[in-house]
Amino acid sequence: MQVQDLEKIFQEKVDQEIKIEPRDWMPEAYRKTNLRQISQHAHSEVVGMLPEGNWITRAPSLKRKAILIAKVQDEGGHGLYLYSAAETLGMSREQMIDDLLSGKAKYSSIFNYPTLSWADMGAIGWLVDGAAILNQVMLCRTSYGPYSRAMVRICKEESFHQRQGFEALLVLSRGTAEQKAMCQDAINRWWWPSLMMFGPKDSESTNSDQSIKWKIKRKTNDELRQSFVDMIAFQVKVLGMTLPDPHLKWNEERQHYDFGEINWDEFWSVVKGNGPCNKQRLAARRKAHEEGAWVREAAMAYAEKKAAREKQKAA
Amino acid sequence: MKIQIRKFHYGDIPEEKAGGQTSYYKSTEQSWPLWEVFIRSKQGLDHKHAGSLHAADARMAIENARDVYTRRQEGISIWVVESKNIHASDPSESESLYEPAADKIYRHPSFYDLPEEVKHM
Amino acid sequence: MSKLIDYTLHLADTALIISHRNSEWCAHGPILEQDIAITNLSLDQLGQARNFYQYAATLINQDNSSTVSEDSLAYLRGEREFKNLLLTELSNGDWAQTVLRQFFFSVYQYLLYEKLQHSNDEQLSAIAAKALKEITYHIKWSGEWVIRLGDGTAESNHRIQKAIEFLWEYTGEFFIAADYELIDVAQLKEPWLKKVKEIFEEATLELPYPVYMHTGGKQSVHTENLGFILAEMQTLQRTYPGLEW
Repeated sequence: MQVQDLEKIFQEKVDQEIKIEPRDWMPEAYRKTNLRQISQHAHSEVVGMLPEGNWITRAPSLKRKAILIAKVQDEGGHGLYLYSAAETLGMSREQMIDDLLSGKAKYSSIFNYPTLSWADMGAIGWLVDGAAILNQVMLCRTSYGPYSRAMVRICKEESFHQRQGFEALLVLSRGTAEQKAMCQDAINRWWWPSLMMFGPKDSESTNSDQSIKWKIKRKTNDELRQSFVDMIAFQVKVLGMTLPDPHLKWNEERQHYDFGEINWDEFWSVVKGNGPCNKQRLAARRKAHEEGAWVREAAMAYAEKKAAREKQKAA
Repeated sequence: MKIQIRKFHYGDIPEEKAGGQTSYYKSTEQSWPLWEVFIRSKQGLDHKHAGSLHAADARMAIENARDVYTRRQEGISIWVVESKNIHASDPSESESLYEPAADKIYRHPSFYDLPEEVKHM
Repeated sequence: MSKLIDYTLHLADTALIISHRNSEWCAHGPILEQDIAITNLSLDQLGQARNFYQYAATLINQDNSSTVSEDSLAYLRGEREFKNLLLTELSNGDWAQTVLRQFFFSVYQYLLYEKLQHSNDEQLSAIAAKALKEITYHIKWSGEWVIRLGDGTAESNHRIQKAIEFLWEYTGEFFIAADYELIDVAQLKEPWLKKVKEIFEEATLELPYPVYMHTGGKQSVHTENLGFILAEMQTLQRTYPGLEW
């Protein structure tokens, strides 16, 4: 069969909402785009453990400590599901991690911002996970089977993250003046970076069109960003807090909130590695990976020895 | 042993002199094999594919599966099989493999019309 | 009554501090699968600690009509009040030191809770019975790691030997009863040694020669580690007294 025919069949399948599975024929660019997106997603989960992990030993109550540990652990689990999905496209996890640690692969820039107070745990859950969920709910229907299945599992688990974040902020918002200030400060610092999570504007984004045609993505960056703003602009009122955007205003005609311009210089600067914590995040992952090398080797050596012994016994 | 060498926009300057972000990450280690995990969610149901993970041996694979895939009581029994031992049918043969079953409607109970009185059969 | 309170706090503090140490691995483990595994241990132990603290709080509150809570007990007592075993507060070191500490502790905790589940005190017995299921897995998990590292590579063997050397002198304290203890811990020593020996043999490791054993944790005389753990853990509760979080 000619490549054009294969491509035609492939596109027909996608159009009919038939999932693409690992052993199916797919255009090389489709494989690459998925691989890039899924591995970036996996890296984001794993690097995303760090800013919140930063507060595990300082969580202010035993209940909050348990919630936070479970949540950071979930993110590790999500990273693992996603690495597994990416591995079905023919790249080993080891290789993906090498790419992350060498700085070649990207992860979500949001995790390059520091967590400076306890309220940041709430703000991350509410805003960062809130933004992520919009993306992830869409991705449950993505065309690549393993990615879609991983996302279904993740979405099930993720729904507790945003709720616990909001609830943590709610407690602060009803607390003392100091706690309220802590809450507002966290929202102020995390709001704009959360909006940036949806990526460049549609007019600037290079990957969007093809991704939508292949149903890897189903909504554009701007569409998702708008739903996020609408959702949060409502919820922030329940907290009695404000969003740091003087241009935020309900637009009766559009039936959406208008909002101010994102600082795209900051966005690109963080993407390129100049965010407040880029170096620290990568350094932490490298340290864990390097210090774990002898552990992984030992387990493998033992497994081999044991297998050899059992073989000998059987012979 | 695989050694990857990457260049990061330093043109023809030899890597050791380029400085900056030359990758020093080399996967020299033999990484843990990949395992497929199947979980029985409750007594009476089939084991169902849950996902995959890495482990050094089968015992560790089961424990890792327990820690990774049953954090929310998703299972009561786990199977693991090393991914390399799974053999799969070829999708390009799916027409010859599966479509011939499509016209065998007589295999399905609804093919047979029975008188009303017989009710449940 | 005050003995029972002290004992419950000893059990609570021990579970909390080892949970805290294990939680430090979260996001820093040697591979994702094991990062998740050790975090599960940490969560189990935190759950145990909370059960004991809540029980201690009930006891204290009925005793003198004060109003302590699980959180005030965990966050507002100082290092000269905490009664955890010294072993649990030692730094994590490398993976060998962490899994070996876990193994030493889990075997002891299992033997102890096995007795405790038959205690006349219904609460303690119920908490112990529930925890035993978790601890059974902790022994399996940590024991297998000890075997892997002992019988793995030359490096892993060397590292676990060093860990044995470092940790061994903190195990004697397990078996010396404090005046508030309800279980005769001295009699746990033999079965503990037996299990350790069994795993060590499989791991091609040897039991160390008898050494001087440190004590004091049960009497709230700690190593220098605990002060730092508490300073970090209690920071918000100490900075903003009396708030809800």
